[in-house]
Amino acid sequence: MGQFDFSIRTPVKGVRGLGSAKSGTGHFWQQRLTAVALVPLVLAFIAIVICASGRDYEAARALVGHPLTSIILLLFVVTGAIHGRLGLQVVIEDYVHHEGCKVAAVIANTLFTAAVAIAAIFAVLKISFGV
Amino acid sequence: MAEFRLPKNSRVTSGKVWPAPAGATRTTLFNIYRYDPDTGNNPRMDSYHVDRDDCGPMVLDALIWIKNNVDATLTFRRSCREGICGSCAMNISGSNTLACTRGIDEVAQNGIVNIYPLPHMPVVKDLVPDLTRFYAQHASVEPWLHTVTPAPEKEWRQSHEDRQKLDGLYECILCACCSTSCPSYWWNGDRYLGPAALLQAYRWLIDSRDEATGERLDGLEDPFRLYRCHTIMNCANACPKGLNPAKAIAEIKQMMVVRQV
Repeated sequence: MGQFDFSIRTPVKGVRGLGSAKSGTGHFWQQRLTAVALVPLVLAFIAIVICASGRDYEAARALVGHPLTSIILLLFVVTGAIHGRLGLQVVIEDYVHHEGCKVAAVIANTLFTAAVAIAAIFAVLKISFGV
Repeated sequence: MAEFRLPKNSRVTSGKVWPAPAGATRTTLFNIYRYDPDTGNNPRMDSYHVDRDDCGPMVLDALIWIKNNVDATLTFRRSCREGICGSCAMNISGSNTLACTRGIDEVAQNGIVNIYPLPHMPVVKDLVPDLTRFYAQHASVEPWLHTVTPAPEKEWRQSHEDRQKLDGLYECILCACCSTSCPSYWWNGDRYLGPAALLQAYRWLIDSRDEATGERLDGLEDPFRLYRCHTIMNCANACPKGLNPAKAIAEIKQMMVVRQV
């Protein structure tokens, strides 16, 4: 934001900019939806971690491999990844003002959460299907 | 990135300390932001001792007293002195408010009042911010009645219930206290419309006579224009008229969801 804009463009020209993106509600709604879903999922995840912590390796594998546990873990990973990506994108848009850096950060954010989520899903499925 | 330090030529230095008025028994110290674009010097904080026995009870009274009795170069906007014109909005003891409706004793901390211009706006001089963009944002929500139905012979009719929905919205005086208290507006004020403009957008969105609700929502549906609001609520805290822009913005978001889900 410059000190004074000595441009001969009108102020409304600047405020209107490129116009409305006609989107943003999807982002807003998904963030709320995943937040609500994460309330029980986080509690279930903590319960699973507590259950697994006292067991040896094979017993912990058996716990994670149980269909119900696997499904809860997969739901947690997918929902958490979507929620995290949306939230971090808002933080980036808030604070990163250099256009190039912003686009790079948004891309990195998406790729990073996708990679983490895929790795976690792969791990759960591998244990669950025992291959 | 977000700016955490002011640019070099905007950093505030210490300024002149004016002597206490002779014979004054009850004084309050006012530290006031001064910036003169003609000198090219950095902004400074000048200190004035205001004789409370010779001055009215409000912060605006003290500013006028200083301008009349101590330093005629002190520059600020004021007009109605009763909280209806919105001219004397400034940052007083850490909060954005109107100097005319805020009592000195309400804001004095240990007998000291600190006054700055509205935060994060370009400063024209002293306590006068440049509100050009703020007004343009208000204009961009087209705050007037839009209809396609031909105008009736007399007036557009509205039920008492529908009229009541506008209470708490139409009272806005565009003083800019809310928008300039909002961190989202500080960081993204070039694209985020800010609480004041969005409050007026909502005022027209729920006007029972307006026929452009959909077009208005289309114009607002944007990750920056509307969705930069993160419900920080500084706007509702700051508003000297007791309005709640944060609630109006939440209502707009709800309308956005309702028309999709």
